[in-house]
Amino acid sequence: MRANFIFSEVWIGLRRNLTMTIAVIITVAVGMAMLGVGLMINAQVSTMKRYWDDKVEISVFLCTKGSAMPDCNGKAITPAQTNALKTLIEGTPGVQEVFFESQADAYKNFKETYAASKALVEATRVEDLPASFRIKLVDPDNYQPIIQAVKGQPGVAQVTDQKELIGKFFDMLDTLTIYALAVAIILVLAAALLIGNTVRLSAFNRRRETGIMRLVGASNLYIQLPFIMEGTIAGLIGGVFAAVILIVTKVMLFEEIAGYFGDATAQLTWNDVAQTITITMIIGVLICVLASFVTLRRYLRV
Amino acid sequence: MIHFDNVTKVYTNQNRAALDHVSVDVDKGEFVFLVGPSGSGKSTFLRLVLKEERPNSGAIHVAGKDLARLSNFKVPHLRRRIGCVFQDFRLLPNKNVYENVAFALEVIGKPRRFIRKVVPEVIELVGLEGKAHRMPDELSGGEQQRVAMARAFVNRPMILLADEPTGNIDPATSIGIMKVLDRINRTGTTVVMATHDAAIVDSMRKRVVELEDGKIVRDQSRGVYGQAY
Repeated sequence: MRANFIFSEVWIGLRRNLTMTIAVIITVAVGMAMLGVGLMINAQVSTMKRYWDDKVEISVFLCTKGSAMPDCNGKAITPAQTNALKTLIEGTPGVQEVFFESQADAYKNFKETYAASKALVEATRVEDLPASFRIKLVDPDNYQPIIQAVKGQPGVAQVTDQKELIGKFFDMLDTLTIYALAVAIILVLAAALLIGNTVRLSAFNRRRETGIMRLVGASNLYIQLPFIMEGTIAGLIGGVFAAVILIVTKVMLFEEIAGYFGDATAQLTWNDVAQTITITMIIGVLICVLASFVTLRRYLRV
Repeated sequence: MIHFDNVTKVYTNQNRAALDHVSVDVDKGEFVFLVGPSGSGKSTFLRLVLKEERPNSGAIHVAGKDLARLSNFKVPHLRRRIGCVFQDFRLLPNKNVYENVAFALEVIGKPRRFIRKVVPEVIELVGLEGKAHRMPDELSGGEQQRVAMARAFVNRPMILLADEPTGNIDPATSIGIMKVLDRINRTGTTVVMATHDAAIVDSMRKRVVELEDGKIVRDQSRGVYGQAY
């Protein structure tokens, strides 16, 4: 009886301001989708960071004969210098592992990588490629000490840190997240105002009914619930659309991006998506309820 | 049943008091006419009984409850014991007679079985048997007011407040309305009726409370509208 009555009131209310209801649904859907995409980028970034942190290494390239690097003075590194360098690296705190890649190994890798361009491979001799130490760190973010220790040592041609390279990429993703979240916040605000207006219109449309309800002693809950439900249902429908947008984004965008890195472990899981959808739904509905409630307090006094 | 003790009500932005130190007692089962010119405070009196307005000073007791100490949360429960009828009927135009009366019970959560039982009884009490499925715009003014009275009475209130119930109705039809109010009064319901209609007051010979500029100038049992008119 009660539920029946309230749902019929809700249905009447939603139908009477159909255009406003649609506006609310669209705003909530876009706002929640932006929020969700922001959260998903965030989740993706941390997954990728974890993935890359396992892989990144610092490369210490050693001097070869006739090297163009200014630190080498055109001389190759001596075996004694190589050994001294190895001891130095192993002795530096924060180093997890050190591999030595000889010139022969480097040539083999080079041939594999550039198998497609035969001319390049043929023009390159084993002596042209530098040998290197590959260092893995315990904490990939803490690369400064080892770079400072190794740089300028005799026989060292160049030190490169992959972390620095991918760091720029991650910075870009972070900026993207901030933009998505900022847009989301603005849209959520707009959604709240729209819902407030819709509820106000609805309350005005039914002021005759609510007037009688107050007069015959209907409780506040009974009077207000249909209006709050209206906002909530609009919010829920918007949330469902947002969920669809998020699922599409995951398939079309995130799986594409992950495809570039060619490793499934770096991918955003469906679990992450489900979590994001849950969060956006809860936030969406909560905002609708709050906006309806605050508006009603002003327009439906006892 | 209704007890006003030295009640003063001044609306904001107005200098003159709508009710000025009014003390009055209405007992259970009484029928009271509230008379006086427009702006004399009749409607304010009724609004104070419903706790739609708060007095600036003085105490109001309705159905044994001190309204000043009644929380907003409990106001709906007070209003369930008070029925209201107005000059402009206030029916829902998109609901028929039965639905208009049933609405008052639906919104306070009464079970459907109960509604099916009592609504036809009340429609018969106000003399609208056979017209339960008419829409308000198919009824005359007098019939619409009967629907409003059925709605006010369907929850068996202890008090019925009527604000100029015959104000939009011709004198012949008004007699029928008064008969229904009298019938409701005879079931033990206290009736307070604000009116301008001298003929009705004179013919009923009930208690008359006359207000002027927010003050009680006359309180007479078995009174008439007033010599001056």
